[in-house]
Amino acid sequence: MMVVANGNLRVDLKLIADMVEPGSRVLDVGCGEGTLLAWLGRHKNVDGRGIELSMSGVSAAVSQGLSVIQGDADTDLKDYPTGAFDTVILSQTLQATYAPRDVLANMLRIGRRAIVSFPNFGHWRVRMGLLLGGRMPVTDTLAYEWYDTPNIHFCTIRDFLMLCRSLGITVEKGIALDRDGGVLPFDGQGGVANLLADQGLFVLSRPQ
Amino acid sequence: MSAFEPSATCPSHDPLGHTVELGRDRPILLDCGVGLSPVTVAYQTYGRLNADRSNAILLCHALTGDHYVADPHPITGKPGWWIDLVGPGNVFDTDRYFLICSNVLGGCMGTTGPKDVDPATGQPWGQTFPVITIGDMVRVQARLLDHLGIGNLFCVVGGSMGGMQVLEWCVSYPERVFAAIPIATAARHSAQNIAFHEVGRQAIIADPDWREGNYLQHGLKPHRGLAVARMAAHITYLSETALHRKFGRNLQDRDAVSYGFGPDFQVESYLRHQGSTFVDRFDANSYLYITRAMDYFDLAAQHGGVLANAFANTRTRFCVVSFSSDWLFPTPESRAVVHALNAVAANVSFVEVQSDKGHDAFLLDEPEFHATLTGFLEGAAEHRGLPRKGGTFR
Repeated sequence: MMVVANGNLRVDLKLIADMVEPGSRVLDVGCGEGTLLAWLGRHKNVDGRGIELSMSGVSAAVSQGLSVIQGDADTDLKDYPTGAFDTVILSQTLQATYAPRDVLANMLRIGRRAIVSFPNFGHWRVRMGLLLGGRMPVTDTLAYEWYDTPNIHFCTIRDFLMLCRSLGITVEKGIALDRDGGVLPFDGQGGVANLLADQGLFVLSRPQ
Repeated sequence: MSAFEPSATCPSHDPLGHTVELGRDRPILLDCGVGLSPVTVAYQTYGRLNADRSNAILLCHALTGDHYVADPHPITGKPGWWIDLVGPGNVFDTDRYFLICSNVLGGCMGTTGPKDVDPATGQPWGQTFPVITIGDMVRVQARLLDHLGIGNLFCVVGGSMGGMQVLEWCVSYPERVFAAIPIATAARHSAQNIAFHEVGRQAIIADPDWREGNYLQHGLKPHRGLAVARMAAHITYLSETALHRKFGRNLQDRDAVSYGFGPDFQVESYLRHQGSTFVDRFDANSYLYITRAMDYFDLAAQHGGVLANAFANTRTRFCVVSFSSDWLFPTPESRAVVHALNAVAANVSFVEVQSDKGHDAFLLDEPEFHATLTGFLEGAAEHRGLPRKGGTFR
């Protein structure tokens, strides 16, 4: 599921991987089975660490020699010392944390940069679902019913950018993605992205 | 294989193990202030040390374990405690790694302990044996490695009290440890665990045959006290679920309760058996001394009360493992170690293995646990430049 048949990374993970500097220190929060970490270690000589909530994910990652701990973004980020990593990655997980604001602040404390991706609740299909259907939207990227979703803190791209601004975080780059993780041809930080992007991918840097 | 030159000081495997006398010229200074000399160390080896001496793994045994890791126990005849993990192509691959395990200081399977003769008096040490610590055990292991000509360990691994030794190694000799696997353990012994140990010790001390610890001089052994200590401890090694699955409320060789105090229930019979077989292979005073060493263990206390300080600047790769149903060394104890390691940005993996077998799970067939060990060792070996599985010595 995480890897396509030819051994390449999933499209959105490849995008993230391309933004990581070779030989850098990387923390992947919510790393799953460690697919991205393994790729970064192999192709970019990255000193990678991971945090993963699911036991099966941790087990699979450690069993392939990766440094991954069982834990989660809400409770485990606070232990790391300031500046321990060059890049902290949070892929498709922010909306499932209890305290996204603290998570984001911690990511940019322990890392010089952060790469964050999340489903955009401002997408037109979500808006239409609520407006016309009158029900919580269930889409390809948001595939859960309201009562069993792990996603407890949805935000739109605009919400996210406003949180970054309030935390004094610099948004270095914003990329709008379609549902398959393909790059859309417009500015990831604009109103068009907030309406048409299924996901947002952002590179953030620490407040000066 | 051609580059391999066997070391004159590294004996190959012998089912009965090896012994060496250390510290005759240079006493081993214990935490209590006593200089112990000489110290006999009983140990076992598996596999072969490679030419650049980079493939040594130290296995640290638990409270009542010993160095017969993968050999039949010389007294009980039972298979070694990690026989499923040691061997060619196994988790601890004897085709690739050189494994060392020594009986701990204070033990009763060949390493100097209270049942041995104090050279100063010609009598068994008994209660005059100095009180030892986990740090002392590790100090003796380090001396053994010096003797074997092994500067650095590829890995040090152990469960329970063995895990305490692993952590102590990483703190006392960080430059000598490339990778470490503390399993089902803690950086300090909890009040509850000290309490359980105290129950065991009082059972031994209350046995009239204990004779203030001088039972050997009287030709006696405090069998009943030691058996009760073992029975109480054995409960803590299992889980409620495992006990119930194994025994439930089943009756032992009878159809109805006896309205007496014989072993009505299978679980009682089982515990009595555990107690009575234990006394054949273990020394009561050793039990007192080793449990005390565990009680005294508190890594943070030695470092200003902050566990992270103990691991400052560590370059060791850690793999911390706990078991979900272990209530003797529950997962939060392991998590505390992980948090301390994170605080110094150490290279750490942490897995809580789902198991209902309690603390003893680390000695049992747990495929997920074994896969974790194998994977971690594989990754560490790659970083250490050791050959991959199926490869030969460099």
